[in-house]
Amino acid sequence: MTFSPKLEEKFAKMLQAYPEGRKRSAVVPMLIYAQDEVGAVTPELIDEVARRCEVPPLQVDEVVGYYSMLHRKPMGKYHVQVCTNISCLLVGGMELYEHASKKLGIGHKQVTSDGQFSLEEVECMGACSWAPAVEINYDFYHHITPEKLDQLIDGLRKAH
Amino acid sequence: MAELVNLTINGQAIQAEKGALLIEVARQNGMEIPAFCYYEGLTLQAACRMCLVEVEKTPKLQVGCTLPVADGMVVHTESETVRAARKGTLEFLLTNHPLDCPVCDKGGECELQDMVFRYGAGESRFTERKVHVDEQQWSPVVFFDAPRCILCYRCVRVCNEGMGVGALGVSNRGVISEIVPNHHDYLECDECGACIDICPVGALTSGSYRYQTRPWEMNHVGTICTHCGDGCRTTLGVRDDHIIRGNNRDHSGINGEFLCVKGRYAFDFVEHAERLQSPMVRNPHGEFEPTSWSKAFTAIAEAFTAAHARGGKFGVIGSNHTTNEENYFLQKFAREGFGTKNIDHHRTGDLATFFDALSGRNDALATAGDLYTAKAVLVVGADLAQQHPFLSYQARANVRHHNAHIYAVTTGPVREDNQAVASIRVPAGGELDGVESLRDKLKAEGDLVIVFGDSIQGDGVRKLVAFGDSLGIPVKYVCLVDYSNSRGAFDMGLIPRDGGMSVQQMLAAKDLDVLWVVGANPLKNAALASSNAFVIVQDLFMTETAKHAHIVLPAASAYEKNGTVTNVCGEVQKLKQAVKVMGTKTDLEIMGSIAKEMKLNLGIWLPDKVFAEIRKNVHGYDVPLPVVDTGGAAPTMPLNGRVAALPGVVQSAGDTLFTSGSMSRYSKILNAVIESPGALYGGKGR
Amino acid sequence: MPKKLYNEPSPLETRVLSARFGLENSESLATYVANDGFKAFRKAREMKPEQIIEEVKTSALRGRGGAGFPTGLKWSFVPRSSPKPKYIVVNADESEPGTCKDRLLMEYDPHQMIEGILIAGLAMDSHKGYIYIRGEYRYLIDHMDRAIAEAYAQGYLGKNILGTGFDFDLYTHSGAGAYECGEETALLDSLEGKRGIPRMKPPFPAVAGVWACPTLLNNVETFSAIPVIIRDGGAAFAALGTPKNGGTRLLCISGHVNKPGVYEVPLGYPMLKFIEEIAGGIPGGKKLKAVVPGGSSCPILKADECDIPMDYDSLAKIGSMLGSGGMVVMDETTDMVKVALRIMRFYAHESCGWCIPCREGTTWLRKILQRFDDGGGRHEDVALLGELSKNMLGRTFCALGDAAAMPTISIVDKFADDFEKRLAAREMVAV
Repeated sequence: MTFSPKLEEKFAKMLQAYPEGRKRSAVVPMLIYAQDEVGAVTPELIDEVARRCEVPPLQVDEVVGYYSMLHRKPMGKYHVQVCTNISCLLVGGMELYEHASKKLGIGHKQVTSDGQFSLEEVECMGACSWAPAVEINYDFYHHITPEKLDQLIDGLRKAH
Repeated sequence: MAELVNLTINGQAIQAEKGALLIEVARQNGMEIPAFCYYEGLTLQAACRMCLVEVEKTPKLQVGCTLPVADGMVVHTESETVRAARKGTLEFLLTNHPLDCPVCDKGGECELQDMVFRYGAGESRFTERKVHVDEQQWSPVVFFDAPRCILCYRCVRVCNEGMGVGALGVSNRGVISEIVPNHHDYLECDECGACIDICPVGALTSGSYRYQTRPWEMNHVGTICTHCGDGCRTTLGVRDDHIIRGNNRDHSGINGEFLCVKGRYAFDFVEHAERLQSPMVRNPHGEFEPTSWSKAFTAIAEAFTAAHARGGKFGVIGSNHTTNEENYFLQKFAREGFGTKNIDHHRTGDLATFFDALSGRNDALATAGDLYTAKAVLVVGADLAQQHPFLSYQARANVRHHNAHIYAVTTGPVREDNQAVASIRVPAGGELDGVESLRDKLKAEGDLVIVFGDSIQGDGVRKLVAFGDSLGIPVKYVCLVDYSNSRGAFDMGLIPRDGGMSVQQMLAAKDLDVLWVVGANPLKNAALASSNAFVIVQDLFMTETAKHAHIVLPAASAYEKNGTVTNVCGEVQKLKQAVKVMGTKTDLEIMGSIAKEMKLNLGIWLPDKVFAEIRKNVHGYDVPLPVVDTGGAAPTMPLNGRVAALPGVVQSAGDTLFTSGSMSRYSKILNAVIESPGALYGGKGR
Repeated sequence: MPKKLYNEPSPLETRVLSARFGLENSESLATYVANDGFKAFRKAREMKPEQIIEEVKTSALRGRGGAGFPTGLKWSFVPRSSPKPKYIVVNADESEPGTCKDRLLMEYDPHQMIEGILIAGLAMDSHKGYIYIRGEYRYLIDHMDRAIAEAYAQGYLGKNILGTGFDFDLYTHSGAGAYECGEETALLDSLEGKRGIPRMKPPFPAVAGVWACPTLLNNVETFSAIPVIIRDGGAAFAALGTPKNGGTRLLCISGHVNKPGVYEVPLGYPMLKFIEEIAGGIPGGKKLKAVVPGGSSCPILKADECDIPMDYDSLAKIGSMLGSGGMVVMDETTDMVKVALRIMRFYAHESCGWCIPCREGTTWLRKILQRFDDGGGRHEDVALLGELSKNMLGRTFCALGDAAAMPTISIVDKFADDFEKRLAAREMVAV
């Protein structure tokens, strides 16, 4: 398995960051960056990361199930993550999540049939003082109202 | 002498080594602190929280399995607070553990059941929905029922630490954490079943045992595994004359709880449909037909007597599976009854040269225990994990527990590489050069056990022993031999000494009058040159050799008889009959009956009587009876001066974890799980 | 043009760590250097390691991650003379609900933290550091990578830093979604490429941390406080706060307040004043009902408990914690059943599953609270919630079990009415 030249360069640097014989340390970052490019943590990706980090595939497989940002199945092109943890909850986070669910017609960790959007009710993402917050892929959006969310989603749809 | 501290546990004043774990100290003093995840010999987890105890002057309950004892410590292991905490933890555990005990294999032997019985979390306040996950089959022998799993991680550790395989892991997190196999939905491993055995609940169950019986319906018979030469004790669960299960949960024997796939599962050849259950004689058309034992004995006795009377040429080939008593009786039969020196067996290691090279130094013979305590272990020309799984386990445990140094000199990759401080790859025949290259490192070790396979023979053995002796440190040796009683066969004298013919010479001779094969299959890949020889074969199955016989006698296997066997390290242990297969007789009874029919007086053919004779007559076998009678392993001291070189071939069968000569061919389980080839031998028995 | 901050600063703040927030290109090395940056490092280079540690001790700085352990003491535990390499690890796994300050420290002033790390490197004789950043903060990982690259390019990282002969390499390391990895030993396992399962202690990370080597692990804010401590002296920093609670800290206030945001105040700042004057009070003139003082793991305070100074010891005295500085304010309309449920959903989701009481307890509690919130509550549930929480408390492998139990216990103890109201409403419907 090979990745884009940019990612290959990143991985080459990444493996240099850890001391001799500690390539296993790159497992988690490598998985998440590769997932961004591959779309999901596939069995082939597990084997590839295992090979590069010089560990048995089982040790990579264990990690995949542990971290909530790693997915074995592809999420949408735009992964909409709505926080409903207490700070957001108090200012309409739950309603925002329900609104997003209705708007997209999908539930937690589901993907729209065109593969464009997926939705996840997530735990605190560190935007408590600017709640309610949404993260789409890796972009943060603060003080989000249902209307603003509609605009965001519609904008992304159009961009597509 | 380690520093001692004084502490109090449950009001009892106790002295213990400073830093020892409280759970162990309590146990040694007769107080059990319960635990699921704590397991002697495996790494600490502190995960199950069952071992919480009250330590005075500390506010929180303390974890007994990781708490080092200290001077003045006052501990309560069964106070009200402690019992309430345990009850609370059990209540948590039972929230998702299915209460399907009535159909669970573990019912009656379940540590969770016992714990709930003891701490009385009988009533649950849990009224929510349990999460069900379907059972998974990971291999022919391993099934996993996730909801029953309490995540004590014993299986993961025994596979990784104990077996050196690491085929089990943990995936997901939180309440959906799950044990997972190394290939996502199936296992590729030794199939040893250690994970199943060590599981405190019924989460991991055995393909061969599941839903067969309730544990209390079985009798448990501790005997010695009949496959390789390591001499592991396997405790057979027997119900109605059927072996249902093999394990060693009572940790008896030299192997403790260790068993490989063969010891745990490969007893099923006993009930194979092709087991011989009646003597067979060739009719005038050359076809086999059943006959009675008495007719068979008469015919054999007549043929033997006649051949002996006319000074005929006898060849006797014994077994490396049969008991010491049988082997002793057979050689006595050959030497005294027939007056022949033509007796041999399939020799799988060069014991003759080895014993000669040591010239009487019995203290240079390593026991299986020495592999666990030696400062260093050197493996030469053998794939221990494949061929001697227990010795391999011992060495691994030695590394884990004592930081022993492992060295491997082999022609291919072996499991020992993973732990070895030095692994040397050599071309076949280059082993001794490889060993020599380690000289400086080995010299610096405190003591050493050298384990060598059949690639070291003849002069090679002498050179290797000379090398060991020149290191200037205490060195012990193990000459590896295959099968459950190769060592005993040699010691009992199934060898062509004083000018007798070897197996190969017997097969090649054109003038044999009688060939008597007891529990061996020399014609598997060879022909018998003497076309007129009268061939008698005693075996479990219609082997290639049996097919050449005039009369075939159905023999009992090791699980169907009493007697003793000697393991690869020369330790004598007792077999105990577990079952009886209809129509068979033990080889000892068969030989005794033939002798009686021939009116030969070779002594009483009862195992104990023959063993008494062995103790008297075989050098180094005057072992203490209480040791062997109580299921112990008694080291023998067979070395006694020079041993003459023997004719014939020495060659290991090259078995893997999943083969064991002809017996493995009739084990459905072993045939079902063959998948993990021995790296050194390409997975094929030679 | 000055950078627009996520929230307007308050004139009542004491801006020490956040002094450069809002400056033009505040994240650039040039801005940092032009505003006192790396003065402390140069000063530390002239100090003995013991002096640096002593200065940190004097500052009465306590760990800003949540536990509040005295930083100088922690630094003194790292065996400087160990023949093994020593590592510096920054805990930037900011995940405690209610907490969003480390984000700003990295976003607006990354070089302040880098300088703090370098000073720790001098004190520990360490030459390699890792910034473990939660995966959700990808933009910050990229941002820190840029800052690190800038520092390398200008000689503030790498070989022979600023000609002092001191070498230090610094890397970012991405997490991938796991609250538990904020626990320092779980973080180390994660950094080693494993599941983030906490480790047994002892040995403590100072002695055997990442790759079994001595490791100094501190929070982003803790490292960010180091330069000012060295530059102006520990005593000056300590004087900003109260005894044993040195300096200022960034408090994140969220929930029912008019001006939620991150504000820097001295330790010991009065809580009510903070809510009323800095955060602008409660919208709509509603009454205060409850406060989560320092992240969701802390026991929740009733309104009448909030008239206290915010320092570690004052909060501890009333049975709670200052924690990670994540303050969540709830007005009188707040349904504490929903709060308890959301908190427990979080802990059940984030429990690593290693030990039984946390793994099974959080899930059981979540199920009870969910049923209660769905209208299936029973009178005995309230007591059961408390009892089950107490069966977790102090019995789990790491602090996550306590973190789940403590707020729950405080809610059922202090806000039992909210549960009773739900039951009463249900009975009325049933009639």
